[in-house]
Amino acid sequence: MQPVLPIIILALPLAMFLFLGLLGNKMSHRLAGILGTLGMGTTMVLSYIVAFTYFFSGNPDFIDADTHTRLQYVVFNQDWLAFTDFLVIRLGFLLDPISALLLVVITTISFMVHLYSNGYMRDHHGVWETGFQRFYAFLSLFSFSMLGLVVATNIFQMYIFWELVGASSFLLIGFYYTKPSAVSASKKAFIVTRFADLGFLIGILILSFYTGTFNFTDFTSTAVSTDVYQISAGTAEGIKAIFANSAVPVFMGASVLTWALVLIFMGGMGKSAMMPLHIWLPDAMEGPTPVSALIHAATMVVAGVYLVARLFPLYMMEQAALDIVTIVGAITALYAAIVACTQIDIKRVLAFSTISQIAFMMVSLGVADVDFHHGLGYMASMFHLFTHAMFKALLFLCAGALIHAIGSNDYTEMHGLRKYMPVTHITFLIGCLAIAGIIPFAGFFSKDEILTAVGGYSTFWYIWMSLVAGLTAFYMFRLYYLIFWWKEHTVREGHHAPHDQPWTMTVPLVILAAVSCVAGFVPMGDLVTWNGHSSVENVSFWTNFKALDWGVASISLAVAIVAILLATIMYKKENPLPARMKNAMPNLWRWAHHRFYWDELYLFITHKIIFNSICRPIAWFDRHIIDGTMDSFAWMANKASYAIRGLQSGSIQMYVWVYLIGALLLGAVTVVCILI
Amino acid sequence: MRQEIGLLIAFLLVFINDTFLSKKGQAALPYLAGILMLILTIDGCFVWCSGNVSAFAGMYESTPVVTAIKNILNIGTLIVIIQSVRWANSDFVIMRRGEFYELLLITLFGMYLMISARHFLLFVIGLEAASLPLAAMVAFDKKHYESHEAAVKYILTAVFSSAIFLMGLSFVYGLTGSLYFDKIYMAIVGKECIMLVVALAFVIAGIGFKLSLVPFHLWTADVYQGAPTSVTSYLSVISKGAAAFAFLVIMTQVFGTVYSLAWEWMLYALIILTITIGNLFALRQRNMKRFLAFSSISQAGYIMLGVISMNSVGAASLMYYILVYIFSNLAAFGVIGAIENATGKLDMSDYNGLYKTNPRLAFAMMLAMFSLAGIPPFAGFFSKFFIFTGALQQGSVAIYVLVLIALINTIISLYYYLLVVKAMFINEGPCPVEHFRSSCGERLGLWITVAGIIFLGIVSCFYSHLLDLTAVSNMNMYFIQ
Repeated sequence: MQPVLPIIILALPLAMFLFLGLLGNKMSHRLAGILGTLGMGTTMVLSYIVAFTYFFSGNPDFIDADTHTRLQYVVFNQDWLAFTDFLVIRLGFLLDPISALLLVVITTISFMVHLYSNGYMRDHHGVWETGFQRFYAFLSLFSFSMLGLVVATNIFQMYIFWELVGASSFLLIGFYYTKPSAVSASKKAFIVTRFADLGFLIGILILSFYTGTFNFTDFTSTAVSTDVYQISAGTAEGIKAIFANSAVPVFMGASVLTWALVLIFMGGMGKSAMMPLHIWLPDAMEGPTPVSALIHAATMVVAGVYLVARLFPLYMMEQAALDIVTIVGAITALYAAIVACTQIDIKRVLAFSTISQIAFMMVSLGVADVDFHHGLGYMASMFHLFTHAMFKALLFLCAGALIHAIGSNDYTEMHGLRKYMPVTHITFLIGCLAIAGIIPFAGFFSKDEILTAVGGYSTFWYIWMSLVAGLTAFYMFRLYYLIFWWKEHTVREGHHAPHDQPWTMTVPLVILAAVSCVAGFVPMGDLVTWNGHSSVENVSFWTNFKALDWGVASISLAVAIVAILLATIMYKKENPLPARMKNAMPNLWRWAHHRFYWDELYLFITHKIIFNSICRPIAWFDRHIIDGTMDSFAWMANKASYAIRGLQSGSIQMYVWVYLIGALLLGAVTVVCILI
Repeated sequence: MRQEIGLLIAFLLVFINDTFLSKKGQAALPYLAGILMLILTIDGCFVWCSGNVSAFAGMYESTPVVTAIKNILNIGTLIVIIQSVRWANSDFVIMRRGEFYELLLITLFGMYLMISARHFLLFVIGLEAASLPLAAMVAFDKKHYESHEAAVKYILTAVFSSAIFLMGLSFVYGLTGSLYFDKIYMAIVGKECIMLVVALAFVIAGIGFKLSLVPFHLWTADVYQGAPTSVTSYLSVISKGAAAFAFLVIMTQVFGTVYSLAWEWMLYALIILTITIGNLFALRQRNMKRFLAFSSISQAGYIMLGVISMNSVGAASLMYYILVYIFSNLAAFGVIGAIENATGKLDMSDYNGLYKTNPRLAFAMMLAMFSLAGIPPFAGFFSKFFIFTGALQQGSVAIYVLVLIALINTIISLYYYLLVVKAMFINEGPCPVEHFRSSCGERLGLWITVAGIIFLGIVSCFYSHLLDLTAVSNMNMYFIQ
């Protein structure tokens, strides 16, 4: 493949960012919005072309026809910083099943959000938000960083873009920078993820110190080298051999590889909001809602999942690391689902739902076993990533439409909106059905694959995850009924009655809803597997149907339907059941409502313990010792500068004298030194 | 030879235009000079790949590395010409501007000879051709007393330094019986005597004048301040860059064998003095041109790190440093020149509140200061980084100490560079520079230099290309392995 298209895919959003960022204020709001949207649309089309070429062209670069195995293909890989011959940081473009899949997901959602924001970022009178152009510039920057992240050819490039993603997310969360809550939320998100990235960086350093390479193709190539025992990086076998070497140290009972992988996973936990580093995501909802749809539902938060998937052949070698992934994911999934049942702010419900669904993907990766249905968990995780991106972005955009119409995030002000906003109502319902896992919507297929994979791994986790799936259906329909049913507000009359949105907002909703209906039929088993080897034969529209494990599927369907029925009973009409249930379990409700006091715990640890015992002494040291030293240096420099000012007298005779004496001294001192 | 002949033709064309054409025809003079320089620059890129050329019985030699440094100087001269157009068209200069461009081109020719010379006779001719016309350029502002004073100081010091330099050369000739670089290189082995050390000291002092190394630097501030800004910018980057490379060539290809015996320590002392004293003086300056004069003295000290490292990384990073330094310093001088041309103000306090009235100029100046101070991700950071890398690869403990001292001085320099930024962005002035629109040439020059500051660092191919060149060039055999 010629590198032209991939370069444009990366360069166009960056150019858009620079253009809108530098010149945005010179143009009208409308033009900036149109330009941004068109730029992203072009990127989307180009990404589709690249992804379709990769998957379906049958080019021998991309697929090995004999074994029907998809290959990793490096489109270009440019040296960027060559420190030594060995330590080279490259920037490149890697095409493989998951990067092609993510290209499609990111550009699709990003385009929808760009389009949607044209309507969302202005009020009912058509007045544009302040900083509208800046908003589009930041959106483009984010898209650029995210695309750079997924196509990274080496882990260092990924790290660079990973940080860029964090920075642009910071900018977008804090978009309303005059609002203190948005500012503190953006800081929180940045600090928490940055803290996690510390682990990521250490993990990268450990890994590349021992393997001597940054390249993904070296880590993950599944080709068996000619001599398995030859210790050379370049293949997964070679890496395995390196770490099997007895000279590689063991630290605190775990091998270096385990440590590296766990630390790298820590970075993924930060970005993907896994417990206990999840606390930034609910607060990040302070950003504009389209941002939440783009960053905190579909793209950035799955970066952690993508990271683990990207390094999966390495994780595969270390069952301990995979177990940690599983446990963290499972606990997070249940925790977030419970909390989601008690939140009042609709965006926060969706935020916790996102955490829970991402945890599903993590669990799925954690339980992926290459011997079980060709590594079903890996495929299921990527499948769920894909479908979840679509329906969760849909749900967020619907939430945005509701907030735009009502002017509040609080569902108690919404009740009974189904008549006023029919399009939003239907699309939201489709999103809820998809996430609840009702056949034939997208979520059903992906969640079913995940549950099958978990079931093949352990019954305990299977029951656990099925429970979470039931809770998911319950809280989503609770939200749905509380927004669109419950009771009628009496004051909604006349001109100010809430109504559906302009077409720029409706079109993305309808498209995403349509995608959520059919995305489940994408034959993911053929497209994305851990080793590129297709797990199905004779791909057709019904592939996913045929692949269903009906035992698992019927159980999960039953669970979902029961949960939905429960939600219907409790929330469809105004009734005292929810209050009674709340009073029956007051403690559980209180804890869940306060998100199990994680934020308070963090505040306690940072403010009371870390600030007092570590930061204050350091601050004192800094202020008195370090600053004092520096000030004295500055004082000395100033004095010295004052003392020698006479040298520059302006008299040419003296200049020449100094010159002559300088030259003679230079010679004389050297001679003396040599003679001694 | 192609570049020299091209430059001579350009010089003659400018000369003919200046002398024989009507007033109307002369209006195009600055543009003619600019276009000719552009053609030379582009042409230089094609010479780039050709191999070694030798002429005048081995007195002249051109290699890919030499071509590269000439190209770098060409780019700098081109920017100077672009930036000088407005000044050259101003009332007092317009009658004599032809001389300015002729002198500019002929000094560049002298620098070419300095760089390509492999025989001291040719080298001295180049050195003088690059020094004496500069005195006339420094005196260009006839109406200003400072300009005269600066020219007198420059010419007297130049003559004196030439005398010292020739004295050193005669010692060398007496010791070895030849003025060819390679013959001296061979003959010098086994003749390590006091005479040689004194000769070395004089040679270093002679070129140290052009580089304004401490203590041979005292002329610098007065001359930079008194000379017209276009001349100052030329003097501070092109002249210095050429001298730095010539110095590298002489030190390695003539005196390479006595590196650790003698001149490593001489240069060691000079670097410390240059960086530190340049910085200490820069702290106190309030006149922008004087301030940049001292800043350029300390920058010269950093450039010398590329010589003392005595390896191909050092040579490559020296050339890269010159390239980056050309862009950073010319950006700073471009802003200073624009403001001086518009308002006549030159004091740092006049820059208070510049950001409010002229945000783009303030922005360009800020980038220039950041780059000079070596703040990532601007080019200046990478040039400092590579030059330190080169020095550290030399490996001795003394050099580590030297790099440490240089690093500490970077912090001092950060202070005074940021003073300018602070003045522009934070300080409120009682009467800030009014908003004005700079001329096309000034703007074009600033766009080029700002682009250079941003991209030279990020796009890594420039440095790696220079590294490839020095690693395979014949210079490589003179380096300690």
